[in-house]
Amino acid sequence: MTGRLEDKDRIFTNLHGAHDWRLEGAKARGVWNGITEMLRQTPEWICDQIKASGLRGRGGAGFATGVKWTFMPKQESERPHYLVVNADESEPGTCKDREIMRNDPHRLIEGCLLASYAIRAHDCIIYIRGEYVLERERLEAALLEATAARLIGEKPVHGWPCRIRVTHGAGAYICGDEMALLESLEGKKGQPRLKPPFPAGSGVYGCPTTVNNVESISVTPEILRRGAEWFAGFGRPKNSGTKLMSACGHVNRPTVVEEAMSIPMRELIETHFGGVRGGWGNLKAIIPGGSSVRLLPAEQCEEALMDFDDLAGRRSGLGTAAMIVMDQSTDVVAAIARLSYFYKHESCGQCTPCREGTGWMWRIMQRMVSGEAEPKEIDLLLDVASQVEGHTICGLGDAAAWPIQGLFLHFRPEIEARISAYRSRKGSFAGARVAA
Amino acid sequence: MPKAKVNGVEVEFENGMTVLQVAELAGEEIPRFCYHERLSIAGNCRMCLVEVRPGPPKPQASCALPAADGQEIVTNSAMVKKAREGVMEFLLINHPLDCPICDQGGECDLQDQAMGYGRDATRFEENKRAVEEKHMGPLIKTVMTRCIQCTRCVRFVTEVAGAPELGMISRGENAEITTYLNSAVTSELSANVIDLCPVGALTSRPYAFNARPWELTKTSSIDVMDALGSAIRVDARGAAVLRVLPRTNDAVNEAWISDKTRYACDGLARQRLDRPLLRKGGKLTAISWNEALAEAARRLKATQPDRIGVIAGDLQDAESLKAAKDLFTGLGVSSLDGRPDGLVLGHGPRESWLFNPTLEGLEQADMVVLIGAHPKIEAAVLNARLRRLWLSGRTRFGAIGAPVDHGFGVEQLGEGGAALEALAAGKGDFAKALAKAERPVFILGQGALTRPDSAAVLAAAAKAAARIKLVREGWNGWAVLHTAAARVGALDLGFVPGPGGKAAAEILAKDGADLVFLLGVDEIELGETDAFVIYMGSHGDRGAHRADLILPGAAYTEKPGLYVNTEGRVQRGERAVFPKGEAKEDWTIFRALSAVLGAPLPYDDLDALRARLFADCPSFGRIDHAPGAVPAPLDLSGLGEPGPIADSPFVSPITAFHLTNPICRASVTMAECAGLVASAKMAAE
Repeated sequence: MTGRLEDKDRIFTNLHGAHDWRLEGAKARGVWNGITEMLRQTPEWICDQIKASGLRGRGGAGFATGVKWTFMPKQESERPHYLVVNADESEPGTCKDREIMRNDPHRLIEGCLLASYAIRAHDCIIYIRGEYVLERERLEAALLEATAARLIGEKPVHGWPCRIRVTHGAGAYICGDEMALLESLEGKKGQPRLKPPFPAGSGVYGCPTTVNNVESISVTPEILRRGAEWFAGFGRPKNSGTKLMSACGHVNRPTVVEEAMSIPMRELIETHFGGVRGGWGNLKAIIPGGSSVRLLPAEQCEEALMDFDDLAGRRSGLGTAAMIVMDQSTDVVAAIARLSYFYKHESCGQCTPCREGTGWMWRIMQRMVSGEAEPKEIDLLLDVASQVEGHTICGLGDAAAWPIQGLFLHFRPEIEARISAYRSRKGSFAGARVAA
Repeated sequence: MPKAKVNGVEVEFENGMTVLQVAELAGEEIPRFCYHERLSIAGNCRMCLVEVRPGPPKPQASCALPAADGQEIVTNSAMVKKAREGVMEFLLINHPLDCPICDQGGECDLQDQAMGYGRDATRFEENKRAVEEKHMGPLIKTVMTRCIQCTRCVRFVTEVAGAPELGMISRGENAEITTYLNSAVTSELSANVIDLCPVGALTSRPYAFNARPWELTKTSSIDVMDALGSAIRVDARGAAVLRVLPRTNDAVNEAWISDKTRYACDGLARQRLDRPLLRKGGKLTAISWNEALAEAARRLKATQPDRIGVIAGDLQDAESLKAAKDLFTGLGVSSLDGRPDGLVLGHGPRESWLFNPTLEGLEQADMVVLIGAHPKIEAAVLNARLRRLWLSGRTRFGAIGAPVDHGFGVEQLGEGGAALEALAAGKGDFAKALAKAERPVFILGQGALTRPDSAAVLAAAAKAAARIKLVREGWNGWAVLHTAAARVGALDLGFVPGPGGKAAAEILAKDGADLVFLLGVDEIELGETDAFVIYMGSHGDRGAHRADLILPGAAYTEKPGLYVNTEGRVQRGERAVFPKGEAKEDWTIFRALSAVLGAPLPYDDLDALRARLFADCPSFGRIDHAPGAVPAPLDLSGLGEPGPIADSPFVSPITAFHLTNPICRASVTMAECAGLVASAKMAAE
């Protein structure tokens, strides 16, 4: 398998589970190598390196990881610092963190230790999605191995005591939001907290906390081992590094791969995923990053680059870089309607626009699928979406609005045609006489 | 001070204020549903969205956003207007819009803000959501379909009332506010959620479908159900008091009142004494006022002054106490007592019977000892304050008394005299910490001060207080928590036995007196006395049952009156409705009686009476003032008499929170609540 990224530059060398995931196997692949030397550096130096590497958060929002770490207090007060790893990977179509935890858990644990040191935390909690049972077992086993080898725990060989724990969610998408995750971690109902205060000021149990995605954490030791310049050398400026990317849906070989950022979308699909089912010409649309970004129609996929800025420029987003590929056989309206149902179902119900808006949008979307909707309802739907977008406590409101907005941005004529087809087929409908 | 611009107008603000507060400083109204000054910030309704620069290009929830220096706040831009319209529309799509049959109509935040900030018409063509009703007890009526999930009620019961019995279950549009397992809300403050509810989801059950807010006459007054003197508003239509609501008074009740204060008002229409009655042949028969006054005068003249006893009850206003005192001391009577419960305070400095730290001053306390006090049922609103203090983590609480649920964390130091004596001797962890406390408080409850051995209890408490310098420069931690609204007023007036006079228990003992005048006394046993009993009061309760002659008086909503709360704060209640039937304001009855006796009291109207009261007792002249810590140090050493204290636990005299006076005993609502509490207690046992 060749792509832009050569095998020697891959960080996740056991992504598909071909090798041993245990400590011995991981060590053979270079994990835990040089950890003592790394921890001999100052936390500031580590943060600077991560900043220089240009690593942006891999959970979807793309905030610079090194910068986030520097938000933590420089001195530990009576409130301990916490590192919380967001392994509640619930985004539809996304399973990149799963592969890390399943096949390379030590890479994550090593990253946890390093990041804990960088933010001066002695306590790290990995909040894993409840459905990831195998991954949880692997992680826990790996933690036991690492503790036994005194890589982590009370008196480790390298001198930075760090307790790493795994806790699991109960299957709520919203707990992937960092603030809801912290609430859930404290044993409360998973409802996002308000920002400010931000977690670095007051996070879990009111203590300074950094919340990072599994992938962001897992790549940091390798960045230090190989140097920030190496990592920054991939991809376009401000979008540097390597990234786990995946495709599901109508591709010939759906899988997760590590690739250099800014790889063209088409090249990525044709190199790694065996191309679109029925050939590139059969492509209808792609949602590039999980489900919570606007989709791209085929003609844009041609030119799109898999990085934050290019996709944002196309009014979409990189998100988790987990593509949902839809070919011409797809009823794209029904697909987006299904996503609307998902967001309605997963809305926590705390704040008004999302609680009331997601259900309303889903109901109108259902009528769009069958064509029963009134033509004027398209604008109503878009207006409702704009009333949800940007008005909520967390990002779920945005995530619910964007797929619908993307659909109408690119496929509005198709839906209008569907509505008129329904009307001509049906013969009579509300307002039929006026239409005649 | 930092400055911000609100719609171009520069305002100065204090650090720590939110954008919403700064906008209000500038005179901009920010619509809100979930935000409430006295609750934690939830930020969930999203109605208060404003534009803030510098900041992200989307509107921000102003209630939760700290204001920053140099910030520009815009509340009138197109973005803000659209955001408000959007949120308003979302709130209304699943709201039933049944305003014509909703009790909140006319005082509904949703109605008002829909008028101000909403769209003109709906665009929602789906079916509306319906939500099942929840059972929240006899006080709170629910129509949960109207709920907008602002969670004010949840935050109130959790944070303020300390009874986490409400919560939100389910997610998304299925989210519902409910009680746990459909049980009633048991907090003594539960009905405040009705005021907090911005829509008609939680409304008053006893008041359901009774009136519209614009039909009501609203009178500001003072509550008499406990000794706090909570600020209330009495809403009446015609002659009927329909409801009682809290007024905000930060010094006393903040924004809350207890369920008893709120719902005892239906008792004002039941069991009323509305005409003078005389017992003839064992049966009470109606007579005219002239006959009644003549009979009373005849009896008073025929009895030796030292065989006359006068006892004042729990709900009396200061004016009636003053008139009674003037009348009876004029007759030479010295057996006057305003402490039917046998309270040992009343002689000595005024501070000895006051709640000296003041309710507001309690916030500075770092250690509090509850001695025979159970504020949860004796002064429920105060309990919210104590709980907040405890939640803040700044204050350590200890209690001496029978173990009870305080609603916050209290270290149980013991139950009776032994524990108090240990405290006075400085024994134990808590006592040692107390010695180092900067702002210690002793809350002395009636459970400790109305026992047969209370003089010794008082002496021991005073000794403990002296040991830790409870009273020091700028701080007086001696806090007597009364349970009766009239008590401090009576003590301030000197309504206590004069030289040679008898106390209440002695008056009522067998052969204690030949004529007993009861001024609204209903809380004590009257079975022993064989005297001729004249009862003046508003309700046919225990006192009236024993009475031989009944002079019908006015209840607290029916007369203007001064009440002194437990802090010594003099407050003025106002008349909301007129007394029932032929009943009269109490002081006018004494004035009339004095005329019949041939020695008219020297005041013909209320102003003259008050002028006389202020002249004789200057402390009454300072309305709404609580003395607090006085510069002159208080000498507690003379209090009580050292002696043996029985080690039986200090037990609050209040056994049933809902049934503490004749008004609430006449109330159907209170009976229902009391029944609920009693059955819960039985089930627990």
